[in-house]
Amino acid sequence: MKPPLEEPKSSEVTPIELYFRRRELLRRAALFTATGAAWGGGLIALSSQGSADRPAQPAAAGPELVPSIRGRYAIDEALTSFQDITTYNNYYELGLAKTDPADYGHLIRPRPWTVRVEGELEKPTTLDLDTLMRWFPLEERIYRMRCVEAWSMVIPWLGFPLGELIKRLNPTSRAKFVELTTLLDPQQLPGQTSDLLPWPYVEALRIDEATHPLTFMALGLYGKRLLGQNGAPLRLVVPWKYGFKGAKSIVKLRFTSEQPQTTWNRVAPSEYGFYANVNPGVDHPRWSQAEERRIGELMRRPTLPFNGYAEQVAHLYAGMDLRVNY
Amino acid sequence: MSAASGAPLPRTQPLSWLQPALLWGSLLPFVWLVLRALTGELGANPIATALNQLGLLALIFLWACLACTPLKLLFGWNWPIRVRKTLGLLGFFTALTHFLFYLAVDQGFALGKVLTDVGKRPFIAVGFLALVLMVPLALTSTKKALQRLGFRTWKRLHRLIYVVAVLGFIHFLMRVKTHDGQPLVYGAVLGVLFAVRVGDFLRQRRKR
Repeated sequence: MKPPLEEPKSSEVTPIELYFRRRELLRRAALFTATGAAWGGGLIALSSQGSADRPAQPAAAGPELVPSIRGRYAIDEALTSFQDITTYNNYYELGLAKTDPADYGHLIRPRPWTVRVEGELEKPTTLDLDTLMRWFPLEERIYRMRCVEAWSMVIPWLGFPLGELIKRLNPTSRAKFVELTTLLDPQQLPGQTSDLLPWPYVEALRIDEATHPLTFMALGLYGKRLLGQNGAPLRLVVPWKYGFKGAKSIVKLRFTSEQPQTTWNRVAPSEYGFYANVNPGVDHPRWSQAEERRIGELMRRPTLPFNGYAEQVAHLYAGMDLRVNY
Repeated sequence: MSAASGAPLPRTQPLSWLQPALLWGSLLPFVWLVLRALTGELGANPIATALNQLGLLALIFLWACLACTPLKLLFGWNWPIRVRKTLGLLGFFTALTHFLFYLAVDQGFALGKVLTDVGKRPFIAVGFLALVLMVPLALTSTKKALQRLGFRTWKRLHRLIYVVAVLGFIHFLMRVKTHDGQPLVYGAVLGVLFAVRVGDFLRQRRKR
Protein backbone atom coordinates (compact mmCIF):
# COMPACT_ATOMS: atom_id res chain seq x y z
CA MET A 1 0.00 0.00 0.00
CA LYS A 2 1.32 3.40 -0.96
CA PRO A 3 1.72 6.01 1.71
CA PRO A 4 -0.63 8.91 1.13
CA LEU A 5 0.92 11.75 -0.82
CA GLU A 6 1.98 14.47 1.49
CA GLU A 7 1.17 17.95 0.41
CA PRO A 8 4.32 20.19 0.36
CA LYS A 9 4.51 22.83 2.99
CA SER A 10 3.03 26.10 1.85
CA SER A 11 6.40 27.82 2.39
CA GLU A 12 7.92 25.59 -0.30
CA VAL A 13 5.36 26.47 -2.91
CA THR A 14 6.62 28.89 -5.53
CA PRO A 15 4.69 32.12 -5.13
CA ILE A 16 2.32 32.55 -8.00
CA GLU A 17 3.83 35.87 -9.13
CA LEU A 18 7.24 34.28 -9.42
CA TYR A 19 5.84 31.18 -11.09
CA PHE A 20 4.37 33.27 -13.86
CA ARG A 21 7.38 35.55 -14.04
CA ARG A 22 9.72 32.60 -14.49
CA ARG A 23 8.97 32.44 -18.18
CA GLU A 24 9.31 36.16 -18.43
CA LEU A 25 12.71 36.01 -16.72
CA LEU A 26 13.88 33.26 -19.05
CA ARG A 27 12.68 35.21 -22.04
CA ARG A 28 14.55 38.28 -20.88
CA ALA A 29 17.71 36.31 -20.19
CA ALA A 30 17.56 34.93 -23.71
CA LEU A 31 16.99 38.37 -25.22
CA PHE A 32 19.83 39.79 -23.13
CA THR A 33 22.24 37.10 -24.25
CA ALA A 34 21.25 37.19 -27.90
CA THR A 35 21.35 40.99 -28.13
CA GLY A 36 24.64 41.24 -26.24
CA ALA A 37 26.28 38.58 -28.39
CA ALA A 38 25.00 40.06 -31.65
CA TRP A 39 26.04 43.58 -30.65
CA GLY A 40 29.47 42.43 -29.42
CA GLY A 41 30.03 40.30 -32.51
CA GLY A 42 29.06 43.16 -34.77
CA LEU A 43 31.47 45.47 -32.96
CA ILE A 44 34.28 42.95 -33.35
CA ALA A 45 33.59 42.56 -37.07
CA LEU A 46 33.36 46.31 -37.72
CA SER A 47 36.32 47.38 -35.61
CA SER A 48 38.67 44.84 -37.16
CA GLN A 49 37.84 45.88 -40.71
CA GLY A 50 40.79 47.19 -42.63
CA SER A 51 43.43 46.29 -40.10
CA ALA A 52 45.34 43.08 -39.73
CA ASP A 53 42.49 41.39 -37.93
CA ARG A 54 44.12 38.00 -37.98
CA PRO A 55 47.62 36.85 -38.67
CA ALA A 56 48.10 35.70 -42.22
CA GLN A 57 48.94 32.04 -42.48
CA PRO A 58 52.63 31.35 -42.04
CA ALA A 59 53.98 31.60 -45.55
CA ALA A 60 54.93 28.40 -47.30
CA ALA A 61 58.49 29.13 -48.33
CA GLY A 62 59.32 29.26 -52.02
CA PRO A 63 61.94 27.09 -53.71
CA GLU A 64 65.50 27.33 -52.38
CA LEU A 65 68.03 29.79 -53.74
CA VAL A 66 71.70 29.40 -52.83
CA PRO A 67 73.84 32.54 -52.92
CA SER A 68 77.44 32.31 -54.11
CA ILE A 69 78.40 35.65 -52.56
CA ARG A 70 77.51 36.64 -49.03
CA GLY A 71 78.75 38.87 -46.24
CA ARG A 72 79.77 41.85 -48.43
CA TYR A 73 76.79 43.84 -47.25
CA ALA A 74 75.74 42.87 -43.78
CA ILE A 75 74.71 44.87 -40.76
CA ASP A 76 75.03 44.06 -37.11
CA GLU A 77 71.30 44.13 -36.40
CA ALA A 78 68.87 41.32 -35.72
CA LEU A 79 67.04 40.00 -38.79
CA THR A 80 63.28 40.42 -38.94
CA SER A 81 61.60 37.00 -38.90
CA PHE A 82 60.59 35.31 -42.17
CA GLN A 83 57.04 35.17 -40.82
CA ASP A 84 56.88 38.95 -40.30
CA ILE A 85 58.57 39.78 -43.62
CA THR A 86 56.07 37.62 -45.49
CA THR A 87 52.87 38.60 -43.63
CA TYR A 88 53.19 42.36 -43.07
CA ASN A 89 53.36 43.99 -46.48
CA ASN A 90 52.25 46.97 -48.48
CA TYR A 91 51.40 45.77 -51.98
CA TYR A 92 48.17 47.56 -52.86
CA GLU A 93 47.74 45.48 -56.02
CA LEU A 94 47.07 42.60 -53.61
CA GLY A 95 44.89 44.49 -51.12
CA LEU A 96 45.08 47.32 -48.59
CA ALA A 97 45.36 45.46 -45.28
CA LYS A 98 48.87 44.52 -44.24
CA THR A 99 47.94 40.83 -44.32
CA ASP A 100 46.17 40.94 -47.71
CA PRO A 101 49.32 40.46 -49.82
CA ALA A 102 50.13 37.27 -47.90
CA ASP A 103 46.60 36.01 -48.56
CA TYR A 104 46.64 36.79 -52.29
CA GLY A 105 50.35 36.58 -53.16
CA HIS A 106 49.87 33.10 -54.62
CA LEU A 107 47.91 34.64 -57.50
CA ILE A 108 51.14 35.91 -59.05
CA ARG A 109 52.60 33.42 -61.52
CA PRO A 110 56.37 33.94 -61.32
CA ARG A 111 57.23 31.72 -64.30
CA PRO A 112 57.50 32.19 -67.22
CA TRP A 113 58.50 35.83 -66.67
CA THR A 114 60.11 38.32 -69.01
CA VAL A 115 61.36 41.85 -68.57
CA ARG A 116 61.03 44.28 -71.46
CA VAL A 117 63.91 46.76 -71.77
CA GLU A 118 63.39 49.88 -73.89
CA GLY A 119 64.11 53.59 -74.21
CA GLU A 120 67.53 55.12 -74.48
CA LEU A 121 69.65 52.06 -75.18
CA GLU A 122 71.33 50.56 -78.21
CA LYS A 123 69.03 47.59 -78.64
CA PRO A 124 65.60 47.32 -77.01
CA THR A 125 65.17 43.74 -75.89
CA THR A 126 63.11 41.28 -73.88
CA LEU A 127 64.93 39.32 -71.21
CA ASP A 128 63.82 36.04 -69.77
CA LEU A 129 64.09 35.84 -66.01
CA ASP A 130 66.11 32.62 -66.20
CA THR A 131 68.58 34.33 -68.53
CA LEU A 132 68.93 37.13 -66.02
CA MET A 133 69.61 34.60 -63.26
CA ARG A 134 72.33 32.98 -65.36
CA TRP A 135 74.02 36.29 -66.09
CA PHE A 136 74.79 37.24 -62.52
CA PRO A 137 76.13 35.38 -59.49
CA LEU A 138 73.51 35.29 -56.76
CA GLU A 139 74.40 37.47 -53.79
CA GLU A 140 72.95 37.79 -50.30
CA ARG A 141 72.67 41.29 -48.85
CA ILE A 142 71.29 42.21 -45.46
CA TYR A 143 69.63 45.62 -45.70
CA ARG A 144 67.49 47.79 -43.50
CA MET A 145 64.06 48.44 -45.02
CA ARG A 146 62.37 51.65 -43.88
CA CYS A 147 58.73 52.13 -44.86
CA VAL A 148 57.44 55.69 -45.32
CA GLU A 149 54.80 54.73 -42.69
CA ALA A 150 57.55 54.76 -40.01
CA TRP A 151 58.10 51.05 -39.51
CA SER A 152 61.18 49.10 -40.51
CA MET A 153 62.65 45.64 -40.97
CA VAL A 154 66.02 44.01 -41.57
CA ILE A 155 65.85 41.68 -44.57
CA PRO A 156 68.36 39.23 -46.03
CA TRP A 157 67.76 39.71 -49.75
CA LEU A 158 69.09 37.54 -52.58
CA GLY A 159 69.76 38.99 -56.00
CA PHE A 160 72.18 41.04 -58.05
CA PRO A 161 73.14 44.74 -58.34
CA LEU A 162 71.00 46.71 -60.79
CA GLY A 163 74.20 48.48 -61.90
CA GLU A 164 75.60 45.19 -63.30
CA LEU A 165 72.49 44.71 -65.40
CA ILE A 166 72.57 48.30 -66.66
CA LYS A 167 76.22 47.86 -67.69
CA ARG A 168 75.21 44.89 -69.82
CA LEU A 169 72.28 46.69 -71.40
CA ASN A 170 74.43 49.52 -72.80
CA PRO A 171 72.20 52.56 -72.34
CA THR A 172 73.06 55.58 -74.49
CA SER A 173 74.50 58.79 -73.06
CA ARG A 174 71.00 60.27 -73.21
CA ALA A 175 69.83 57.85 -70.51
CA LYS A 176 69.54 59.97 -67.38
CA PHE A 177 66.85 57.99 -65.57
CA VAL A 178 65.64 54.39 -65.27
CA GLU A 179 61.94 53.71 -64.97
CA LEU A 180 60.72 50.40 -63.52
CA THR A 181 57.17 49.17 -64.09
CA THR A 182 55.16 46.58 -62.20
CA LEU A 183 53.09 43.89 -63.94
CA LEU A 184 49.66 45.04 -65.13
CA ASP A 185 47.28 42.08 -64.88
CA PRO A 186 44.16 42.26 -62.71
CA GLN A 187 43.96 38.46 -62.69
CA GLN A 188 47.27 38.16 -60.91
CA LEU A 189 47.00 41.51 -59.13
CA PRO A 190 43.27 41.85 -58.32
CA GLY A 191 43.75 45.24 -56.61
CA GLN A 192 44.23 46.68 -60.08
CA THR A 193 40.48 46.43 -60.66
CA SER A 194 40.07 49.40 -58.29
CA ASP A 195 41.18 52.88 -59.27
CA LEU A 196 42.99 53.46 -55.99
CA LEU A 197 46.21 54.30 -57.82
CA PRO A 198 46.85 54.74 -61.53
CA TRP A 199 48.06 51.29 -62.60
CA PRO A 200 50.55 49.96 -63.37
CA TYR A 201 52.77 51.05 -60.51
CA VAL A 202 55.80 52.96 -61.80
CA GLU A 203 58.97 53.88 -59.96
CA ALA A 204 62.19 55.47 -61.21
CA LEU A 205 65.73 56.34 -60.21
CA ARG A 206 68.30 58.77 -61.48
CA ILE A 207 70.90 56.82 -63.46
CA ASP A 208 73.63 57.44 -60.86
CA GLU A 209 71.29 56.11 -58.16
CA ALA A 210 70.38 53.11 -60.28
CA THR A 211 74.03 52.20 -60.91
CA HIS A 212 75.09 52.76 -57.28
CA PRO A 213 76.51 49.50 -55.92
CA LEU A 214 73.90 49.39 -53.12
CA THR A 215 70.97 49.38 -55.55
CA PHE A 216 69.79 45.81 -55.83
CA MET A 217 67.44 43.65 -57.85
CA ALA A 218 66.03 41.01 -55.50
CA LEU A 219 64.96 37.52 -56.58
CA GLY A 220 64.62 36.05 -53.12
CA LEU A 221 64.98 36.45 -49.39
CA TYR A 222 65.99 34.20 -46.52
CA GLY A 223 67.44 31.68 -48.97
CA LYS A 224 64.12 31.26 -50.84
CA ARG A 225 62.64 32.65 -54.02
CA LEU A 226 60.48 35.74 -53.49
CA LEU A 227 56.85 35.13 -52.60
CA GLY A 228 54.12 37.11 -54.33
CA GLN A 229 53.63 39.42 -51.34
CA ASN A 230 57.29 40.48 -51.49
CA GLY A 231 57.19 41.26 -55.21
CA ALA A 232 57.88 37.94 -56.94
CA PRO A 233 59.72 37.17 -59.02
CA LEU A 234 61.85 40.32 -59.38
CA ARG A 235 61.83 43.57 -57.44
CA LEU A 236 63.89 46.66 -56.78
CA VAL A 237 65.56 47.29 -53.40
CA VAL A 238 67.04 50.72 -52.68
CA PRO A 239 68.01 50.55 -49.02
CA TRP A 240 68.51 54.30 -48.43
CA LYS A 241 65.08 55.19 -49.80
CA TYR A 242 61.58 54.65 -48.42
CA GLY A 243 60.17 51.24 -49.23
CA PHE A 244 57.68 52.44 -51.83
CA LYS A 245 60.58 53.18 -54.21
CA GLY A 246 61.14 49.42 -54.45
CA ALA A 247 58.89 48.52 -57.38
CA LYS A 248 57.65 44.92 -57.20
CA SER A 249 57.00 42.22 -59.81
CA ILE A 250 58.90 44.20 -62.45
CA VAL A 251 58.10 43.62 -66.14
CA LYS A 252 59.70 46.66 -67.75
CA LEU A 253 62.82 48.80 -67.57
CA ARG A 254 62.92 52.02 -69.57
CA PHE A 255 65.86 54.38 -69.91
CA THR A 256 64.75 58.00 -70.30
CA SER A 257 66.32 61.41 -70.72
CA GLU A 258 63.54 63.12 -68.74
CA GLN A 259 62.55 62.41 -65.15
CA PRO A 260 59.71 59.85 -65.32
CA GLN A 261 56.41 60.33 -63.49
CA THR A 262 56.32 57.95 -60.55
CA THR A 263 53.10 56.63 -59.06
CA TRP A 264 52.99 58.02 -55.51
CA ASN A 265 54.61 61.26 -56.58
CA ARG A 266 51.87 61.69 -59.15
CA VAL A 267 49.07 60.93 -56.71
CA ALA A 268 50.30 63.01 -53.76
CA PRO A 269 53.32 65.13 -54.75
CA SER A 270 53.37 67.04 -51.46
CA GLU A 271 53.64 63.80 -49.49
CA TYR A 272 55.83 61.56 -51.63
CA GLY A 273 58.79 63.05 -53.44
CA PHE A 274 60.64 61.63 -56.43
CA TYR A 275 63.77 61.05 -54.33
CA ALA A 276 62.10 59.67 -51.19
CA ASN A 277 65.42 59.34 -49.40
CA VAL A 278 65.01 58.23 -45.79
CA ASN A 279 65.43 61.47 -43.86
CA PRO A 280 64.59 61.90 -40.17
CA GLY A 281 64.86 65.67 -40.64
CA VAL A 282 62.09 65.97 -43.22
CA ASP A 283 58.70 64.90 -41.97
CA HIS A 284 55.84 63.51 -43.92
CA PRO A 285 53.16 66.24 -43.89
CA ARG A 286 51.00 64.06 -41.67
CA TRP A 287 53.54 62.35 -39.43
CA SER A 288 57.07 62.54 -38.10
CA GLN A 289 59.88 60.60 -39.79
CA ALA A 290 62.27 61.09 -36.86
CA GLU A 291 61.58 57.64 -35.45
CA GLU A 292 60.45 54.24 -36.60
CA ARG A 293 59.13 51.04 -35.10
CA ARG A 294 61.32 48.10 -35.99
CA ILE A 295 58.93 45.20 -36.50
CA GLY A 296 59.37 42.82 -33.57
CA GLU A 297 60.54 45.56 -31.18
CA LEU A 298 58.37 47.36 -28.65
CA MET A 299 59.93 50.80 -28.44
CA ARG A 300 60.51 53.13 -31.35
CA ARG A 301 64.07 53.73 -32.47
CA PRO A 302 65.57 56.83 -34.09
CA THR A 303 65.60 56.86 -37.89
CA LEU A 304 69.04 57.30 -39.44
CA PRO A 305 69.80 59.72 -42.29
CA PHE A 306 69.70 57.77 -45.58
CA ASN A 307 68.56 54.83 -43.42
CA GLY A 308 72.10 54.40 -42.14
CA TYR A 309 73.73 54.42 -45.60
CA ALA A 310 74.74 58.11 -45.60
CA GLU A 311 78.44 57.29 -45.88
CA GLN A 312 77.86 55.45 -49.15
CA VAL A 313 75.21 57.63 -50.80
CA ALA A 314 75.14 61.16 -49.33
CA HIS A 315 77.54 62.40 -52.03
CA LEU A 316 74.92 61.66 -54.71
CA TYR A 317 72.92 64.58 -53.37
CA ALA A 318 75.73 67.05 -52.68
CA GLY A 319 74.56 70.61 -53.17
CA MET A 320 70.88 69.61 -53.28
CA ASP A 321 68.37 70.99 -50.79
CA LEU A 322 66.87 67.81 -49.40
CA ARG A 323 63.96 69.75 -47.87
CA VAL A 324 62.89 70.65 -51.40
CA ASN A 325 63.99 67.43 -53.08
CA TYR A 326 62.38 65.09 -50.55
CA MET B 1 -1.13 34.58 -18.09
CA SER B 2 -1.71 37.31 -15.56
CA ALA B 3 -5.39 36.91 -16.24
CA ALA B 4 -5.17 33.30 -15.06
CA SER B 5 -3.49 34.28 -11.82
CA GLY B 6 -6.19 36.74 -11.02
CA ALA B 7 -3.80 39.31 -9.61
CA PRO B 8 -1.99 41.54 -12.11
CA LEU B 9 1.77 41.06 -12.20
CA PRO B 10 3.95 43.96 -11.20
CA ARG B 11 5.05 45.16 -14.63
CA THR B 12 8.73 45.87 -14.96
CA GLN B 13 9.91 48.32 -17.61
CA PRO B 14 9.74 46.81 -21.08
CA LEU B 15 13.12 46.19 -22.74
CA SER B 16 14.84 46.24 -19.37
CA TRP B 17 17.37 43.78 -20.80
CA LEU B 18 18.41 46.06 -23.65
CA GLN B 19 20.81 48.41 -21.94
CA PRO B 20 22.71 45.77 -19.93
CA ALA B 21 22.92 43.66 -23.10
CA LEU B 22 24.54 46.52 -25.04
CA LEU B 23 26.86 47.30 -22.15
CA TRP B 24 28.06 43.74 -21.67
CA GLY B 25 28.19 43.09 -25.40
CA SER B 26 30.38 46.16 -25.76
CA LEU B 27 32.99 44.52 -23.56
CA LEU B 28 33.39 41.66 -26.06
CA PRO B 29 35.65 43.52 -28.52
CA PHE B 30 37.94 44.50 -25.62
CA VAL B 31 38.09 40.95 -24.30
CA TRP B 32 38.75 39.70 -27.80
CA LEU B 33 41.55 42.25 -28.35
CA VAL B 34 43.26 41.32 -25.08
CA LEU B 35 42.95 37.60 -25.83
CA ARG B 36 44.50 38.01 -29.27
CA ALA B 37 47.26 40.21 -27.89
CA LEU B 38 48.09 37.56 -25.30
CA THR B 39 48.17 34.78 -27.88
CA GLY B 40 50.30 36.85 -30.28
CA GLU B 41 47.59 37.01 -32.91
CA LEU B 42 47.73 40.72 -33.65
CA GLY B 43 50.23 40.30 -36.48
CA ALA B 44 53.68 41.72 -37.04
CA ASN B 45 52.89 45.19 -35.69
CA PRO B 46 50.55 44.44 -32.76
CA ILE B 47 50.74 47.94 -31.27
CA ALA B 48 49.54 49.60 -34.47
CA THR B 49 46.81 46.98 -34.87
CA ALA B 50 45.50 47.44 -31.31
CA LEU B 51 45.68 51.22 -31.55
CA ASN B 52 43.76 51.26 -34.83
CA GLN B 53 41.09 48.90 -33.56
CA LEU B 54 40.52 50.92 -30.38
CA GLY B 55 40.19 54.10 -32.42
CA LEU B 56 37.77 52.54 -34.86
CA LEU B 57 35.73 51.09 -31.99
CA ALA B 58 35.41 54.55 -30.40
CA LEU B 59 34.18 55.88 -33.73
CA ILE B 60 31.62 53.07 -34.03
CA PHE B 61 30.22 53.83 -30.55
CA LEU B 62 29.93 57.52 -31.42
CA TRP B 63 28.21 56.78 -34.70
CA ALA B 64 25.81 54.41 -32.91
CA CYS B 65 25.10 57.14 -30.35
CA LEU B 66 24.40 59.63 -33.12
CA ALA B 67 22.09 57.13 -34.83
CA CYS B 68 19.66 57.08 -31.87
CA THR B 69 17.80 60.30 -32.61
CA PRO B 70 17.50 59.63 -36.38
CA LEU B 71 16.09 56.16 -35.59
CA LYS B 72 13.45 57.74 -33.40
CA LEU B 73 12.67 60.39 -35.99
CA LEU B 74 12.40 57.91 -38.85
CA PHE B 75 10.64 55.00 -37.17
CA GLY B 76 9.13 56.50 -34.04
CA TRP B 77 11.05 54.09 -31.82
CA ASN B 78 11.73 55.19 -28.27
CA TRP B 79 14.22 52.53 -27.26
CA PRO B 80 17.21 54.13 -29.04
CA ILE B 81 16.88 57.21 -26.83
CA ARG B 82 17.15 55.01 -23.74
CA VAL B 83 20.53 53.60 -24.79
CA ARG B 84 21.90 56.84 -26.22
CA LYS B 85 23.70 57.89 -23.05
CA THR B 86 25.29 54.45 -22.63
CA LEU B 87 26.57 54.54 -26.22
CA GLY B 88 27.95 58.04 -25.78
CA LEU B 89 29.79 57.09 -22.61
CA LEU B 90 31.14 53.95 -24.27
CA GLY B 91 32.43 56.16 -27.07
CA PHE B 92 34.12 58.46 -24.59
CA PHE B 93 35.77 55.71 -22.56
CA THR B 94 36.94 53.88 -25.67
CA ALA B 95 38.42 57.09 -27.10
CA LEU B 96 40.13 57.65 -23.74
CA THR B 97 41.53 54.10 -23.82
CA HIS B 98 42.70 54.69 -27.40
CA PHE B 99 44.52 57.87 -26.31
CA LEU B 100 46.05 56.30 -23.17
CA PHE B 101 47.23 53.35 -25.25
CA TYR B 102 48.90 55.76 -27.67
CA LEU B 103 50.46 57.65 -24.75
CA ALA B 104 51.62 54.66 -22.71
CA VAL B 105 52.35 51.86 -25.16
CA ASP B 106 52.94 53.56 -28.51
CA GLN B 107 54.97 56.48 -27.17
CA GLY B 108 56.15 55.06 -23.83
CA PHE B 109 54.97 58.09 -21.79
CA ALA B 110 57.54 60.33 -23.50
CA LEU B 111 55.47 63.49 -23.06
CA GLY B 112 57.97 65.74 -24.83
CA LYS B 113 57.86 63.46 -27.86
CA VAL B 114 54.08 63.33 -27.75
CA LEU B 115 53.92 67.13 -27.83
CA THR B 116 56.21 67.39 -30.86
CA ASP B 117 54.23 64.56 -32.41
CA VAL B 118 51.02 66.54 -31.97
CA GLY B 119 52.68 69.53 -33.64
CA LYS B 120 53.95 67.44 -36.55
CA ARG B 121 50.96 65.24 -37.01
CA PRO B 122 47.90 67.49 -37.10
CA PHE B 123 45.63 64.47 -37.15
CA ILE B 124 46.73 63.68 -33.59
CA ALA B 125 45.83 67.21 -32.50
CA VAL B 126 42.43 66.80 -34.16
CA GLY B 127 41.80 63.51 -32.38
CA PHE B 128 42.95 64.94 -29.07
CA LEU B 129 40.63 67.91 -29.43
CA ALA B 130 37.73 65.54 -30.06
CA LEU B 131 38.58 63.67 -26.85
CA VAL B 132 38.86 66.89 -24.81
CA LEU B 133 35.48 68.10 -26.10
CA MET B 134 33.90 64.86 -24.93
CA VAL B 135 34.99 65.43 -21.32
CA PRO B 136 32.31 68.02 -20.44
CA LEU B 137 29.71 65.80 -22.10
CA ALA B 138 30.72 62.77 -20.05
CA LEU B 139 30.79 64.86 -16.86
CA THR B 140 27.27 66.19 -17.45
CA SER B 141 25.80 62.87 -18.49
CA THR B 142 24.03 62.31 -15.14
CA LYS B 143 20.43 63.18 -14.34
CA LYS B 144 21.66 65.48 -11.61
CA ALA B 145 23.78 67.48 -14.04
CA LEU B 146 20.81 67.74 -16.39
CA GLN B 147 18.66 69.17 -13.60
CA ARG B 148 21.37 71.56 -12.46
CA LEU B 149 22.01 72.92 -15.94
CA GLY B 150 18.41 73.02 -17.05
CA PHE B 151 17.31 71.18 -20.15
CA ARG B 152 17.96 74.02 -22.61
CA THR B 153 21.55 74.63 -21.54
CA TRP B 154 22.23 70.91 -21.26
CA LYS B 155 20.94 70.30 -24.76
CA ARG B 156 22.93 73.16 -26.18
CA LEU B 157 26.09 71.87 -24.50
CA HIS B 158 25.55 68.35 -25.77
CA ARG B 159 25.32 69.54 -29.35
CA LEU B 160 29.13 69.49 -29.04
CA ILE B 161 28.85 65.82 -29.97
CA TYR B 162 28.35 66.89 -33.59
CA VAL B 163 31.69 68.71 -33.52
CA VAL B 164 33.30 65.69 -31.84
CA ALA B 165 32.01 63.38 -34.57
CA VAL B 166 33.28 65.60 -37.37
CA LEU B 167 36.69 65.88 -35.69
CA GLY B 168 36.76 62.12 -35.16
CA PHE B 169 36.00 61.58 -38.81
CA ILE B 170 38.75 64.01 -39.91
CA HIS B 171 41.16 62.26 -37.54
CA PHE B 172 40.29 58.93 -39.21
CA LEU B 173 40.49 60.36 -42.73
CA MET B 174 43.89 61.99 -42.19
CA ARG B 175 45.44 58.86 -40.78
CA VAL B 176 45.25 56.72 -43.89
CA LYS B 177 47.94 56.82 -46.58
CA THR B 178 45.47 56.90 -49.39
CA HIS B 179 41.73 57.25 -49.53
CA ASP B 180 40.49 53.72 -49.42
CA GLY B 181 36.78 53.16 -49.07
CA GLN B 182 36.55 52.67 -45.30
CA PRO B 183 36.75 56.27 -44.00
CA LEU B 184 34.48 57.37 -46.82
CA VAL B 185 31.84 54.87 -45.72
CA TYR B 186 31.96 56.30 -42.19
CA GLY B 187 31.72 59.80 -43.64
CA ALA B 188 28.70 58.83 -45.71
CA VAL B 189 26.93 57.28 -42.70
CA LEU B 190 27.62 60.40 -40.64
CA GLY B 191 26.29 62.51 -43.50
CA VAL B 192 23.03 60.52 -43.55
CA LEU B 193 22.65 60.82 -39.77
CA PHE B 194 23.13 64.58 -39.99
CA ALA B 195 20.79 64.85 -42.97
CA VAL B 196 17.94 63.20 -41.03
CA ARG B 197 18.38 65.74 -38.25
CA VAL B 198 18.51 68.68 -40.64
CA GLY B 199 15.43 67.39 -42.45
CA ASP B 200 13.55 67.16 -39.18
CA PHE B 201 14.69 70.63 -38.12
CA LEU B 202 13.44 72.15 -41.38
CA ARG B 203 10.11 70.35 -41.07
CA GLN B 204 9.65 71.61 -37.50
CA ARG B 205 10.36 75.17 -38.62
CA ARG B 206 7.88 75.02 -41.42
CA LYS B 207 5.21 73.80 -39.01
CA ARG B 208 5.71 76.83 -36.79
